[in-house]
Amino acid sequence: MAVYRLVTPLKEEDVRRLRVGDTIYISGIVYTARDAAHKRLLEYLREGRELPFDLSNGVIYHCGPVAVKEGGVWRIVSAGPTTSMRMEPYEHIAIERLGVRMVIGKGGMGAKTAEACKRHGAVYTVFTGGAGVLAAQAIKRVLDVYWLDLGMPEAVWKLEVEDFGPLTVAIDSTGRNIIDEVVKMAVERKKGVLSQEHNALI
Amino acid sequence: MWLDMDLKDAIVRAVVDGLHRAVVYLPKDVKEAIKRVYEEEKSPTAKTHLEAILRNIELAERLGLPLCQDTGIITFYVRVGTGFPAIHQIEEALIEAVRKATSTIPLRPNSVDPFTNRNSGDNTGRYVPVIFWDGFRDGDGLEIVVVPKGGGSEYVSTFAMGVPGKGVENIKEVVLDAVVRAGAMPCPPTIIGVGIGGTADLAMHLARKAATVRRVGSRNPDPHVAELEEELLKMVNSLGIGAMGMGGTASTALAVHIEYAYRHPATYPIAVAFQCWAARRAVVTIEPSGRYEIEQ
Ligand code: SF4
Repeated sequence: MAVYRLVTPLKEEDVRRLRVGDTIYISGIVYTARDAAHKRLLEYLREGRELPFDLSNGVIYHCGPVAVKEGGVWRIVSAGPTTSMRMEPYEHIAIERLGVRMVIGKGGMGAKTAEACKRHGAVYTVFTGGAGVLAAQAIKRVLDVYWLDLGMPEAVWKLEVEDFGPLTVAIDSTGRNIIDEVVKMAVERKKGVLSQEHNALI
Repeated sequence: MWLDMDLKDAIVRAVVDGLHRAVVYLPKDVKEAIKRVYEEEKSPTAKTHLEAILRNIELAERLGLPLCQDTGIITFYVRVGTGFPAIHQIEEALIEAVRKATSTIPLRPNSVDPFTNRNSGDNTGRYVPVIFWDGFRDGDGLEIVVVPKGGGSEYVSTFAMGVPGKGVENIKEVVLDAVVRAGAMPCPPTIIGVGIGGTADLAMHLARKAATVRRVGSRNPDPHVAELEEELLKMVNSLGIGAMGMGGTASTALAVHIEYAYRHPATYPIAVAFQCWAARRAVVTIEPSGRYEIEQ
């Protein structure tokens, strides 16, 4: 389990080297996107429209920040990750069609995302859930905001970050999915615990 | 002599202050429990995230910022003193306090119409904030427990109608199932509230209150139930889910809190509520003079 410091735009070979359990701190640019933004991304793709930002070799962060505007400048107050599973229906398309190299979120993602990570050389990483202030501390500047009509948390925020992390690789480009593995193991352990119980009763 | 109007304003002020405290400072019992689990944890990944949690808690305190951006749909548990003067104004004051807190702290607006998806923008709406009238207390004070609980842990709440003949074994099954299904989603380590008996809604009410209001380290006064709490906590942690769900030996849960009611012979309601590590709460007590105190 290695520790890496990476800079955006990410390189495919660097991302392919990452393994489940590795810790990453990232510097450069990340884009926030939640459900509504993902839906719109896909609309743009379907209609063949050009996106107002470039996600190739880029990073998507599942996050709905609290932001305030002071003297015409946006500042992020709190920006922890949101539950990634809601983006499972869309993310593989973003990875395939837009060249996203890293997705950051919490709670885990499913088989479609894992397959896309394997095929196109991307990773899904987990930032500490709830650590909104820690995240905001690593955000140096708001570079831009798109689609603010979706509301503050749903808009796409282009953020400059420095040593953003800890990010744990939860899906790597071999397709391993650690959160999935942990849950499967927990199911087995649960059976063990309960059958011990049961045997003690008879 | 205070006019009712002044007292309403005082309630608003006290509750905004209570909310502010709750979202920035984690109660001492919760902090200590996280530190204890950090010491006990053997998985390096889980330890990394527990350390980040502890750093986040410290940073929030130092900078006076909300420690997690999801402050949820706000719940109040209210106990009214039999002599408290402005009873008819409490509800209005609580709603106003939520609006004010949303714009001043600021809190993220999280209250959405389930049919149109319109966000009210101020954390209020039909039945929201959630207000539970929790009975009366002696004297002329007003006690309000403020609970800003996020959506991630709410999302994995579970209810099961158990098999009456199965008894305690049934409870263990339902709780462990719920924990496995919740996995990484409620930002473990969590506090798990279990409500048993009564009616379906009462069981859920007991579970949610046990998860959010009861202090970590407290035990159910009934020694058998307290023993079951201990046993369930051990079982839950032996599942190995760990902080943020990437494996761990000690950080799936901080505590299991059980509350129960008598049940109908034909039913066995079992409800499981999760409270994430960001277990925010504050108890605000207001006197008729408008003076107030906040405890966590
Ligand atoms: S589950 Fe709790 S800690 Fe995690 S994001 Fe939601 S409110 Fe924050």
